[in-house]
Amino acid sequence: MKQRLVDLAHARSGDKGDTANIGLIALKPKYYPLLVKQVTAARVARHFKAMINGPVERFELPNLYALNFLLHGALDGGGTISLKTDAQGKVFSTALLRMEIEVRK
Amino acid sequence: MTGRPATVRVAGGQGFWGDWLEAPYRQVTGGPVDYLMMDYLAEVTMSILQKQKSRDPARGYAVDFVTQMERILPTVVERGIKVTANAGGVNPRACAMAVVAVARKLKLNGKLTIGVVTGDDLLGRLDGLIARGHDLKNLDTGRPLKDVRDKVLSANAYLGAAPVVAALQRGAHVVITGRVTDTGLTLGPLMHAFGWASDAWDRIAAGTVAGHIIECGAQCSGGNCLYDWQRIPDMANIGYPIVEARADGSFDIVKHPRTGGRIDIASVTEQLVYEMGDPRAYITPDGVADFTTIQLSQPSKDKVRVSGVRGKPATDKLKVSVAYFYGYKAVGTLVYAWPDALEKAKAADRILRQRLDDLGLEFEAIHTEFVGADATHGPLALKDVDVAEIPEVQLRVGVRARDEAPVDRFTREIAPLILNGPPSVTGFAGGRPKPEEIVAYWPALIDKRMVQPAVELIEA
Repeated sequence: MKQRLVDLAHARSGDKGDTANIGLIALKPKYYPLLVKQVTAARVARHFKAMINGPVERFELPNLYALNFLLHGALDGGGTISLKTDAQGKVFSTALLRMEIEVRK
Repeated sequence: MTGRPATVRVAGGQGFWGDWLEAPYRQVTGGPVDYLMMDYLAEVTMSILQKQKSRDPARGYAVDFVTQMERILPTVVERGIKVTANAGGVNPRACAMAVVAVARKLKLNGKLTIGVVTGDDLLGRLDGLIARGHDLKNLDTGRPLKDVRDKVLSANAYLGAAPVVAALQRGAHVVITGRVTDTGLTLGPLMHAFGWASDAWDRIAAGTVAGHIIECGAQCSGGNCLYDWQRIPDMANIGYPIVEARADGSFDIVKHPRTGGRIDIASVTEQLVYEMGDPRAYITPDGVADFTTIQLSQPSKDKVRVSGVRGKPATDKLKVSVAYFYGYKAVGTLVYAWPDALEKAKAADRILRQRLDDLGLEFEAIHTEFVGADATHGPLALKDVDVAEIPEVQLRVGVRARDEAPVDRFTREIAPLILNGPPSVTGFAGGRPKPEEIVAYWPALIDKRMVQPAVELIEA
């Protein structure tokens, strides 16, 4: 069955120039392998395709049961240049939590 | 120095210039602390301060810091708490003199030594550096700084903990710096107190992680915490974080008793991943921390233990933050009400864009958001939403251009839409938007040996 990431993880996001970062943290350690397997860089790039114009990188932090995503070209130039409400990428975090992944019942 | 302490407590007092004014006072009075660190400098702050200094040579620092010091200085002196702050901006010496004046007013003269850290300001040296082959290439675009040299407003190297340590060793009670890294303001006190060597890479990394956790104030102690947020207690009375460190580099994140908020593995983890790049290489002037080695545990309520942090040697570069004049922008808003609020706002946006086009105005970017519908989550937000029933939508249009004229003309095209555009529109009480100057940020690297931090002591 499909489940939204909001029920499996929490998250915080921020910025570095025109790049948004999203730290995705498993709500329980047992969910972490599921996140590693399904929330791939390619999958996240597809999820955000209408909102970013650069590539997505993923880093693993098994010690924190967390994944870190870098979304390049996400902030309309970023910082003071950006015209976006979310110029610093603060709520890309919960946008990722809208993603649905396949969970075995 | 006689003997080393078993533990050292560094309190985070300000996460940015504009953070809670009550926090520093609460941190120094709410329980024992050895150091108070306060971070004031965001990337654009330096250019604002440089502009102030060019108008008045006695300005160019975070004036709020001086107001804070007036409030906390009697406690700080009485309890022997030391303060580290990058409130000096582009004029640390003037900031120190303002604190000296406050100390004298409080009759604390003779009881206070202020350490002033400078050497980060490269503005006056830029032409020389460029002439000697330091291109200061933009880390994002690869362009050399000479392309925008005539527009540069400020240029500062990020200094690390070393000059903070030097100031503390020479007896400073308050260390006021320019562009010292946020993490250096926490690491410096730990290196000083425990006598950590500058090449004790694991300890440097641990102190850096400690600094990263508390540099955003309450963002690690329940603030902006998504995990179980409804049940985080007494947020009105939120406790700011304290690092309680041991000489081996392990440390606890705690807060004063009888404060609100919550410190648990979730709240600390959220802060650890904040603004993270490659977690294996968190690079500072002091060393490189590997965030994949961090081990967290929770020994008791509102206490998270951090251990196992591993580090690598520092690089031979320093980051440089250059601010330069980029152009102009303006943002206009109008609010459309049910029914079909989103459709009305979209129609208004189309009309506005056609009028801008018909006027022949040229913009680098026109950016439209429908606040209440898709401003923050884009099209992801409108899945499964009955769009016609959305109660209200704020149309928010921003424009950006190198010249002011098209931006100024844009600001006069918003209000007319109230009478000559789609219906059920309101929310224009604020008047027409104002064109704003854009000061952009240019990240670069420089050889470390080109930057010499300096420390000066001033007796109050």
